[in-house]
Amino acid sequence: MLPDERGYFGAYGGRYVPEVLMSVLEELLAAYLDARSDHGFQEEFNQYLRHYVGRPSPLYFAANLTRYAGGARIYLKREDLNHTGAHKINNTLGQALLAQRMGKRRLIAETGAGQHGVATATAAALLGFSCTIFMGAEDIRRQAPNVFRMRLLGAEVVEVSTGSKTLKDAMNEAIRDWVTNVEDTYYLIGSVAGPHPYPMLVREFQAVIGRETRQQILQATGRLPDYVVACVGGGSNAMGIFSGFLADREVRLVGVEAGGLGPETGRHAATLSRGRPGVLHGSLSYLLQDEHGQVAPVHSVSAGLDYPGVGPELSYLKDVARVSFTTAGDEDALDAFRLLGRTEGILPALESAHAVAEAVRLAGTLPRAATVVVNLSGRGDKDVETVAREGPQ
Amino acid sequence: MSAERIFHAFRRLRDRGEKGLIPFVTAGYPDLETTERLVLGMAEAGADLVELGVPFSDPLADGPVIQRASQAALAGGVNLAGILELVAGVRGKTDIPLVLMSYYNPVLSFGPEALVSAAVRAGVDGLIIPDLPVEEAGGLRNLGDARGLALIPLVAPTSTPRRIATIARQARGFVYCVSLAGVTGSQRGYSEKLAGVIRTVRAHTDLPVAVGFGIAEPEQVRKLAPHADALIVGSAIVDRISRAGENEAVSVVKEVVLGLKRALVKI
Repeated sequence: MLPDERGYFGAYGGRYVPEVLMSVLEELLAAYLDARSDHGFQEEFNQYLRHYVGRPSPLYFAANLTRYAGGARIYLKREDLNHTGAHKINNTLGQALLAQRMGKRRLIAETGAGQHGVATATAAALLGFSCTIFMGAEDIRRQAPNVFRMRLLGAEVVEVSTGSKTLKDAMNEAIRDWVTNVEDTYYLIGSVAGPHPYPMLVREFQAVIGRETRQQILQATGRLPDYVVACVGGGSNAMGIFSGFLADREVRLVGVEAGGLGPETGRHAATLSRGRPGVLHGSLSYLLQDEHGQVAPVHSVSAGLDYPGVGPELSYLKDVARVSFTTAGDEDALDAFRLLGRTEGILPALESAHAVAEAVRLAGTLPRAATVVVNLSGRGDKDVETVAREGPQ
Repeated sequence: MSAERIFHAFRRLRDRGEKGLIPFVTAGYPDLETTERLVLGMAEAGADLVELGVPFSDPLADGPVIQRASQAALAGGVNLAGILELVAGVRGKTDIPLVLMSYYNPVLSFGPEALVSAAVRAGVDGLIIPDLPVEEAGGLRNLGDARGLALIPLVAPTSTPRRIATIARQARGFVYCVSLAGVTGSQRGYSEKLAGVIRTVRAHTDLPVAVGFGIAEPEQVRKLAPHADALIVGSAIVDRISRAGENEAVSVVKEVVLGLKRALVKI
């Protein structure tokens, strides 16, 4: 099982951070390995997942959407029904329990759409940490409901006005806080990105999605799905569901990146489709950058996918062709948002709507006997204003 | 071997019983032409080595002063190739050791091998890569060794004795001791662990030790000097540049360097 001892998935991963953080990453890895083999820790984590998050989340057969697409049967893994409304809570509870074990007293996190920020603030409230969330000024504007939620949960929300004022800049600022307060502060990364061991431990805390889905689809259909589709920003919901099917070579895995206004416009966040390997935020992975190695400005209507990097394991899975990657643009996502609302009565997060768009397209090309599972990673309450601004259709 | 300029600079300091001053400026801020005059001016005012910052879009080890300078330099179109040209020009006029400080991605994008050759050709003496810890640095260090370019590592107050030993043994040029847990330009005061860290470094290498991060005033320089072979001052200088404007920048910075160096000579 990857990563290797140095935190590499093939050529990607590693630890590219200032020296001041190296010892704490070693400590974190040791604490995680210790917790992983501790039955008590796993039991406590599972209790929270069951009684606090509400797991297992349902796998729902979307009959109306299937009829609309006119082909393969579409199943939705309902991570949107988790407490706090997205898959992010699986990881924040796991890491917060780890932080408690390490004796830390303060949690910090970056957030784009605000879902990870809300999930971190929630875990902090539950387990008694003080909490600071870094969020780009642009994202604070477009995801205002989540900012209120974080503050109601007792977190301090720090507005980041540097650079592009989005997720990447929030992560820069979180890392600066971390190097400054490394003694008592735990950096709770929300994606399968960052320096080793974060890509591994976030994947493992999210792997519950894939384990449940595999069991549920076998129960529902008696066989494995033909396709599993997930949106990819940093990649935590994708790695969470894909990890359950990596060994099943016959299951095709599809990652959907944000095509924004179109790959040819340069205004997108399609890292794996259009980037090349580089180093950002502690690991070597595909990166959207200019010819001088400066990180490129990116764009997506969904704040959670608006990120120029991607988790190193997904870069590896692209290179070995175990996962294929495609894009859905802003308009595709907005259309899918409205479509799922009208056909199924479910408003998905704009991030997840990218995966829905691709699943509908894909299902239409497949026979009725085929099945497509979509990770519906979050719900869309936070996005209704954005969708309203874009005009009803 | 160009890394020899670093060696000789520290030997001269030791022979004179002096501590070194290493000022940092962001290359291309406010523009490359001013950077050249700044380097020459600082050399004249008594700097012993100059650190040139390569601007990066996401400088996560830097505080607001250097962040802003980097952004301005990038907006002005500065890149590594332009900075190497600047060094080549400066090299014709001074023998002061010049060290580039760059985040890893611009180096990776340029190509580590191509960069080492181009840097040596231009007259660069060393590289400092703040996001390339010793575990990831082997390839670049070997390339540098083959061409005489020093890969200067950092140690931090949080580094364990085991890490410090590994880093010190693989160091080239000098060892950069970060004075505090934080970003550049921090004003929280240096770590109480610093003296111990420096002692551990010295137990594993004969290379000189330079201390940086959060050092701004002659007073601080005087206090830290007994522990170190040289002190690095960055944000305080870049801040003066940003407040001075293009015309005054060189004279203002020369004065700052003069004041800091004076504090280091008379200890």
